[in-house]
Amino acid sequence: MPAEALEDRAKETPTHSGGGRPESRCGAPGGDPGPGGTGILGDPALFGVCAFLGTVTMLFVGMTSAYMVRRASADWRPLAPPAILWLNTGALLASSAALEVARRRFRGWDLPAARTWVAVTGLLGALFVAGQYGAWRALAAQGIFLASNPHSSFFYVLTGLHGLHLLGGLAWFAAVASRLRRMTLTPGEDGLRLFAVYWHFLAGLWVYLLLVLFVL
Amino acid sequence: MAHAEAHAAEAHAPQAFIWKYVFSKDHKVIGVQYYVTAMLMALIAGLLAMLIRLQVGFPEATWPTLGKLLPRGFSDGIMSPEFYAMLFTMHGTIMVFFVLSTAPVSGFGNVLIPLQVGWRDMAFPFLNALSYWTFLPGCIIILASFFVGAGAAAGGWTSYPPLSALQGAVPGSGTGQTLWIVGMVFFIASFTMGGLNFLTTILNLRTKGMSLTRLPLTMWAMLLVAVLGLLSFPSLVAGCILLLFDRHFGTSFYLPSGLILTNVPLLNPDGTPLHAGGSPLLWQHLFWFLGHPEVYILMLPALGFTSDILSTFCRKPIFGYKSMVGAMVSIGALSFLVWGHHMFVSGMNPYLGMAFAVFTMLIAVPSAVKVFNWLATLWGSRIQYRTPVFWALGVVSLFISGGLSGIWLGQSAVDIPLHDTYFVVAHFHLIMAGAALFGVFGATAYWFPKMFGRMMNETLGKAHFWFTFVAYYCTFFPMHYIGIAGHMRRIYASGRPIGYYEFLEPLQEINVFITRSALVLGASQLLFFVNFFWSAFKGPKASENPWNAAGLEWTTPSPPGHGNWPGEIPEVHRWPYDYSVPDAPKDFVPQTDPAPIGARAGGH
Amino acid sequence: MSKLQGLSFGLATVVLVVLATGYFMRDWLPPLKSDRGAIDEAMAATLVVTGLVFIATNLLLAFVAWRYEDHEGAKAAYWHDNTRLEIAWTAVTAVIMFAFLFNALKLWADMTSEAPRDAVVVEVTGQQFRWVVRYPGKDGAFGKTDAAKVDVDTENYIGLDKSDPDAKDDVLMVNDVYLPVGKPAAVRIRSTDVIHSFFLPNFRVKQDALPGMTTKTWFIPKVEGDYEIACAEHCGLGHYKMKGQLHVLSPDAFEAKLVELGPAAPEAPAGSPNQASE
Repeated sequence: MPAEALEDRAKETPTHSGGGRPESRCGAPGGDPGPGGTGILGDPALFGVCAFLGTVTMLFVGMTSAYMVRRASADWRPLAPPAILWLNTGALLASSAALEVARRRFRGWDLPAARTWVAVTGLLGALFVAGQYGAWRALAAQGIFLASNPHSSFFYVLTGLHGLHLLGGLAWFAAVASRLRRMTLTPGEDGLRLFAVYWHFLAGLWVYLLLVLFVL
Repeated sequence: MAHAEAHAAEAHAPQAFIWKYVFSKDHKVIGVQYYVTAMLMALIAGLLAMLIRLQVGFPEATWPTLGKLLPRGFSDGIMSPEFYAMLFTMHGTIMVFFVLSTAPVSGFGNVLIPLQVGWRDMAFPFLNALSYWTFLPGCIIILASFFVGAGAAAGGWTSYPPLSALQGAVPGSGTGQTLWIVGMVFFIASFTMGGLNFLTTILNLRTKGMSLTRLPLTMWAMLLVAVLGLLSFPSLVAGCILLLFDRHFGTSFYLPSGLILTNVPLLNPDGTPLHAGGSPLLWQHLFWFLGHPEVYILMLPALGFTSDILSTFCRKPIFGYKSMVGAMVSIGALSFLVWGHHMFVSGMNPYLGMAFAVFTMLIAVPSAVKVFNWLATLWGSRIQYRTPVFWALGVVSLFISGGLSGIWLGQSAVDIPLHDTYFVVAHFHLIMAGAALFGVFGATAYWFPKMFGRMMNETLGKAHFWFTFVAYYCTFFPMHYIGIAGHMRRIYASGRPIGYYEFLEPLQEINVFITRSALVLGASQLLFFVNFFWSAFKGPKASENPWNAAGLEWTTPSPPGHGNWPGEIPEVHRWPYDYSVPDAPKDFVPQTDPAPIGARAGGH
Repeated sequence: MSKLQGLSFGLATVVLVVLATGYFMRDWLPPLKSDRGAIDEAMAATLVVTGLVFIATNLLLAFVAWRYEDHEGAKAAYWHDNTRLEIAWTAVTAVIMFAFLFNALKLWADMTSEAPRDAVVVEVTGQQFRWVVRYPGKDGAFGKTDAAKVDVDTENYIGLDKSDPDAKDDVLMVNDVYLPVGKPAAVRIRSTDVIHSFFLPNFRVKQDALPGMTTKTWFIPKVEGDYEIACAEHCGLGHYKMKGQLHVLSPDAFEAKLVELGPAAPEAPAGSPNQASE
């Protein structure tokens, strides 16, 4: 949710500096003892997204520590990962890669190709969500439910939590894609940057969860 | 030029009442909304505290009038034990999260950050408004829990499972506990949005010349609070999610097998246990990993306010600025390593207990440094006794008193007899609640001109301080004694005829004294509310800089308009503590004054 | 006028607190009946040190509040750093803290150590709102428990599995703990519902009781008599009346008591069978 709001703000900024609010006039970044004018400190929206990802990371760190504690108990029975998870992982990683290709095309003023790759990004993302649901169904078909055993509880909770973040990401994606269609993003300036940070983070987070749940 | 800009800013400001004062994106309006909501929540939580004290002080008394007013909590004028449990649970929850994390952080943080760092608004105004409009439903949900099913959550503000997880363990563990969890999630979401704004604004958006070493200590406190909140609250979210699943979906994160509730074993129809393998200690770790940084989320802003107020009214620079910052940073960092001191007797591995004791004693060092720095600031100063400085001195006093009792509790072995007694209640009410509350009152008196453009009444303010200060000590200091004597927390009655323990009987007269003091303390707060509302509407108009203070916020009009400065945001040339600089024309040099005088002017 | 306010500020706290401490000292710790006197000593030492620091800092606060009051012609000093002073007081505080810490950790290690092997073993299970007490009997082993075997009529509240051979001579009681004077007592603490805390005010003993795990503590009762057992962790509506009794008896009376309560004729229960006679 905050991520979308950040994006809104990022959208607002140009209007504001062009309009009545003189905020871009003062405290010009780059003044020596003033705020950092370069890198992430010169980019509040990017900084905000990264800080948000920091807090999301802590959520999963908390969950991981709960998982580690719980795994040490006697009634732990490891779950075999549904095979579809590996396909899902591929889809999500490919989605991230497609997004990078889209950004490159975009920066190179190749708008039609950029649009295609953006569509591929979204499609693969949606495929991942559907695939995760498929994994739930596969487990349920084996009679393994949320409360069946501690490993399955964590599997459902962690994939659900990751899925919610991903659905938020898809909503954000929809906003970005529609703006791209309406040409309110300037080519060469790469308006996909903030979304890309969030999207790649979710892909990395998923690989991490997969490792924690089934490999480590 | 400057005029044209000012007009532009004013013209851009929303005009309709609903956009200007209700769904505003202006940081000052949002700050005041947070502040007023928090103070109203304080009023409610304070009334809950009065009811708690009535029960503890006079357990055998009947209260026919209260019984009529609160028919669900009393039967024949006698308070029921379930109502008592809801009272202390909700008093703690509301005060810690919805009052003392909200008024100083979300309230004053929003009002002050752009004014003190020199910017037009927070980094993400929409997110900021969204944050308040997430907080408000949280308040409503928490309060609504009193009116559902068997009543509000009654498992203590720490909500330890299984008490909070088994719906039959205590009446409030039904719908009330669910609403508690949902309300907390709303609160945490709102705090996270606020924290992102704080962090981004302070680190990314400062006016020219406002280097980090020129930030007021209040801003350092807000920066650290944002970091602490963003890193620690997710742990409670994780805990709450797992608790919700244990409560409603039959998982076993916290619940072990072998549970027997009121002589009925909790079994599935096929005879297997309903839950198996969970650990109640897991919740305590997740809870206190938030819980301890949370203590400093409450306290750090008050420590920042105190430094700013003391310097202004002592007409003397704050002593040891760098060590003040260093102390706050180390307190913040250490606060992530001390959570286990809430769990010395919980059954946690004793070796872990040792590690936590080490860090706990370590955290006393930066805390002591702050006290010494304040005393050194006062030394050789010229104290102007206006209302804010009394509250600041009050914070120093409470910080000393509460900090010293922390040395008792931090020694893990000494904690054994004191754990979960009134000694702990005394300790955290003095240091955490007291320092935060006094800090908020001080900040209110000090920054009132920037919030409402008017001055608060000095006579009422001082009367409020003295009543509060004396009553506060009379209420909470004696709790040390009954705690040492073994008086447990959270018990409905201690001595006979209703209580059960012989060793608590002689303590009842102290309990009566505490209750009387608490009632005085509660009644004294009326002075504040009268002063607040009267001054907000009828107080004398404030000038731009009524206290002759040096900080950047005092170069704006009182109250600042939309966009904060009518012209360009001024450039900053020095730290905000240049008071009584030799050779200066006045006894303070504003942060915006480029004159090459004072130790911290020029380029560093 | 405000000069008075400055002075009264610091003095108010000191005078109030010192007077009150003197007055309330009669309600100091409950009389000590165990071997944990070291806690009392550590607490007394802490009281002296923190008390002196409290008085000193508050007197200093009172002094500066009074001395540096603003008046006609007053001038504040302009100084704001003194590295040597700051390092000094940081170091002094750190040294004091480490002195406390060293002592506290030593005590903590003693008190959380394993119980001596000749200790009398007793199990206490917290339940809303009573303490179920169990001795292992002469075999020194506790029988299995199973929640499904709870039987209120025979006061088998913890579901002792009577078919388990170890359970044959287990002694079950409610709210009464008997211990011999002068012998180490090892307490296994459990719960079958919510979290409780086994609290013996006179013995400086407190240990939480958690469902799903067994916590332990041990101590040596030093004086015969009857003492109160309290619950120190909020455990529900009856938390305030979850009271038990600890009876410290002479070793002979203790053995006689167990014989009287036991199903067979158990000797003093012990960690290992041959130590009862020590």
